[in-house]
Amino acid sequence: MVQEMLRLSTAGSVDDGKSTLIGRLLFDSKTLFDDQLAAVEEVSKRRGEDYTNLALLTDGLRAEREQGITIDVAYRYFATPRRKFIIADTPGHVQYTRNMVTGASTSDLALILVDARNGVLEQSRRHAFLASLLGIPHLVVCVNKMDLVDWSQERFEEIREEFSQFAAKLDVHDMAFIPISALHGDNIVHRSASMPWYEGSSLLHHLEQVHIASDRNLIDARFPVQYVIRDYGTDFRGYAGTVTGGVLQPGDEVMVLPSGFTTSIKAIWGPGGTPVQEAFPPQAVTVELTDHIDISRGDMICRPGNRPSAGHDIDALVCWLSEGGALKPGGTYTIRHTTRATTAEIQALDYRLDVNTLHRDESAEALALNEIGRVQLRTRQPLLFDPYRRNRFTGGFILVDDTTNNTVAAGMITGPALRDGGAVWQPTRVGREDRAAKGGTVWLTGLSGAGKSTIAVEVERRLIAEGHAAYLLDGDNLRHGLNSDLSFSAADRTENVRRVGEVAKLFADAGIVAVVSMISPYREDRERARAAHEAAGLPFVEVFVDTPIEVCEARDPKGLYARARAGEITGFTGVDDPYEAPESPDLVLNPTQEDTEALAERVVDLLTRQR
Amino acid sequence: MTAVSESAVPVEATDAARDNLKALESEAIHIFREVAGEFDRPVILFSGGKDSTLLLHLAIKAFWPAPVPFPLLHVDTGHNFDEVIQFRDQVVEQHGLRLIVAHVQDWIDDGRLTERPDGTRNPLQTQPLLDTITEHKFDAVFGGGRRDEERARAKERIFSLRNAFGQWDPRRQRPELWNLYNGRHRPGEHVRVFPLSNWTEADVWNYIAREGVELPSIYYAHRRKVYRRDGMWLTEGPWGGPRDGEVVEELMVRYRTVGDGSCTGAVESTATTVEEVIAEVQASRLTERGATRADDRLSEAAMEDRKREGYF
Repeated sequence: MVQEMLRLSTAGSVDDGKSTLIGRLLFDSKTLFDDQLAAVEEVSKRRGEDYTNLALLTDGLRAEREQGITIDVAYRYFATPRRKFIIADTPGHVQYTRNMVTGASTSDLALILVDARNGVLEQSRRHAFLASLLGIPHLVVCVNKMDLVDWSQERFEEIREEFSQFAAKLDVHDMAFIPISALHGDNIVHRSASMPWYEGSSLLHHLEQVHIASDRNLIDARFPVQYVIRDYGTDFRGYAGTVTGGVLQPGDEVMVLPSGFTTSIKAIWGPGGTPVQEAFPPQAVTVELTDHIDISRGDMICRPGNRPSAGHDIDALVCWLSEGGALKPGGTYTIRHTTRATTAEIQALDYRLDVNTLHRDESAEALALNEIGRVQLRTRQPLLFDPYRRNRFTGGFILVDDTTNNTVAAGMITGPALRDGGAVWQPTRVGREDRAAKGGTVWLTGLSGAGKSTIAVEVERRLIAEGHAAYLLDGDNLRHGLNSDLSFSAADRTENVRRVGEVAKLFADAGIVAVVSMISPYREDRERARAAHEAAGLPFVEVFVDTPIEVCEARDPKGLYARARAGEITGFTGVDDPYEAPESPDLVLNPTQEDTEALAERVVDLLTRQR
Repeated sequence: MTAVSESAVPVEATDAARDNLKALESEAIHIFREVAGEFDRPVILFSGGKDSTLLLHLAIKAFWPAPVPFPLLHVDTGHNFDEVIQFRDQVVEQHGLRLIVAHVQDWIDDGRLTERPDGTRNPLQTQPLLDTITEHKFDAVFGGGRRDEERARAKERIFSLRNAFGQWDPRRQRPELWNLYNGRHRPGEHVRVFPLSNWTEADVWNYIAREGVELPSIYYAHRRKVYRRDGMWLTEGPWGGPRDGEVVEELMVRYRTVGDGSCTGAVESTATTVEEVIAEVQASRLTERGATRADDRLSEAAMEDRKREGYF
């Protein structure tokens, strides 16, 4: 059997039992050696503690032991026959963000500890947010010290509910809750006898079973060239590097960036010259190409039909890691991204993000240690990149201070900077009155399963039948193309609605009736779409499809409510994410009282009256 | 709408890339190539011991079919095991590599170092190492250190900056994110690089077995004349043993680590093949260093202090 590797990160404060939990995992998985245990017992005794303080195992440096705190990321290892685990253990005090971000950058899974007595504290939320920001696919929330709350199921459920509500705002794909006692070993390796009501896995079992094989990006082929291997004796010329996305095969047609030349893969060699038929991330391989092309370190091999973005202007979220100095607009640094290094200047700081409240402070002028914000960067050489959420390795970068040589920031690319890229509005010579028809937008909002799309399809059909130009913009359909890079986090939902609003506006401007059908749960986002239309002098009709949630859930046409209730999916509107109904819609439809034809007719009537 | 990623992902054959040993191998090779791409004068510390032999094995694989673009460096205490020195020279010749040897004896002979009263020479390696790094202007120095060896190592970065005196400052470590490494340094400073950081002792042995990596014979059980000191089996040798009252016995032993003969202990063992060694490692109740290295037992913070001084 192949032993897989799973990397996890933990974070927590001195008191929530994190070190004890790690000590317990090492101890119970028999990773701990007698001499380590003896040393810990001796120190415990010397300190006058009346139990073996497993936490001492993870306090690595003398300075930490003296101060009783952990000051840095420490790496621990344990293994079962199925998996080897690498724990990036980070402290929860002052330098938490820096260390957590470092530990999280390579993790498959984040382990969050909540003290059952205290509930969900600020730092648990912060850790969940950072895990989501760094794109960790799996979260495990351990509700610890269950022994101190009488193994109460009610308390556990309360914490689960509270945490889920917060996490719904984040981009988290998979979340599990486990009630444990690290001190006594309950639900760590074996299921706890004290909590028969808990039917899930023990922590170790969960860590062994969680499905990680498809977390990596196996779609977008990305191969940053790291080193050119030349053997003069055999005239060999190969491009060495680590596959950071997609799958490479001999015979594949490839494009080399930034030159743009196309060629094909002649052969792929594993370490030491083993022929490779399929190379996946994160394999280190050497690629031979059919044609002689001038390629050097920092170039990228990809597929001609699936290229990364290339450009100098980049938007990114950055975390400032340095005690000395702060990030300010105008600052210049060396940026290290894939295998390329160049100079980057901070063009603007858009906002600072409060990691506790998720509030965006747009008045911020600098980022200090442990602060996170959104910036616009301009690089001297173009970067070849993907959004971080699509690929951690082509979307992540560090900034290095050229004076101290220190790594001062970690960055996650959100996309190419477009807003202030010097684009000037290009006037056209066709006015709205010159077009054949007058356009506008009908916006249907409501819960999942409310019947929006059914009505929208009928509205589009009627308009076309009556000789109008109309086009259906369906939220689900657009997520297959235009919005395929967006998740269901609150920020991405806002972006989703913004994009659809912009597209609808273009259709309306072109003289077409755009029929929009999307949940668009947040009032503010819909208002923004309306404002954009009004500013452009285009009609905008908001239609509220007011089907009660009980009805939507009973229908559940896609089976999504059932999955959301089962906790399989999070951030589901109406279940664990809010739906904000319109306060003054132009029209309210009630599918429980009228049939689709009648409802569609009411929409078309309203449009006709408005013209 | 659902928050589940629905991108079509080919799941088959991904297990191979998830294989722990393959992942560790890829990571180490990535690090070697990164150094080759970023530094002017790297060097590999090579003693002929298990971890440095593995390190060299990976370096050879990383640059295939071209030769390894770095020389090797060994700080020879003069108390090394003959089998290991022979093995070292044989490997160097076999692969056509360049080996630089810094003899601790030379430093003692010209007075730059003085022999310690207890005869151990491990602490004396630091000065010759730093002098040689300076002399050859090495800017990246590969070592076989692993984070599972000792608590102070658990916090060491893969790229670890050393100041002009070769010293490590645990409070001034650079954050290391993703697979991006910052090797920037000032003239006179250098970077220690640890490609095996994430390997455990079990990983090392499993990989040695899988790849058929050859090791010096003393890593496997053999008959040897040893005596007991401080709870360890030390071997007879020019480094001052046995002393009065220490009884020499002939036992079946093997070494789990190989360092200066004065302070490297053997363990009783019957494991003569790599598979038998793996079985022993799995059953062992002592850490590699705890079992066999007197130098790490000196104090609770022994390793941390020596690292600060420039030792690996």
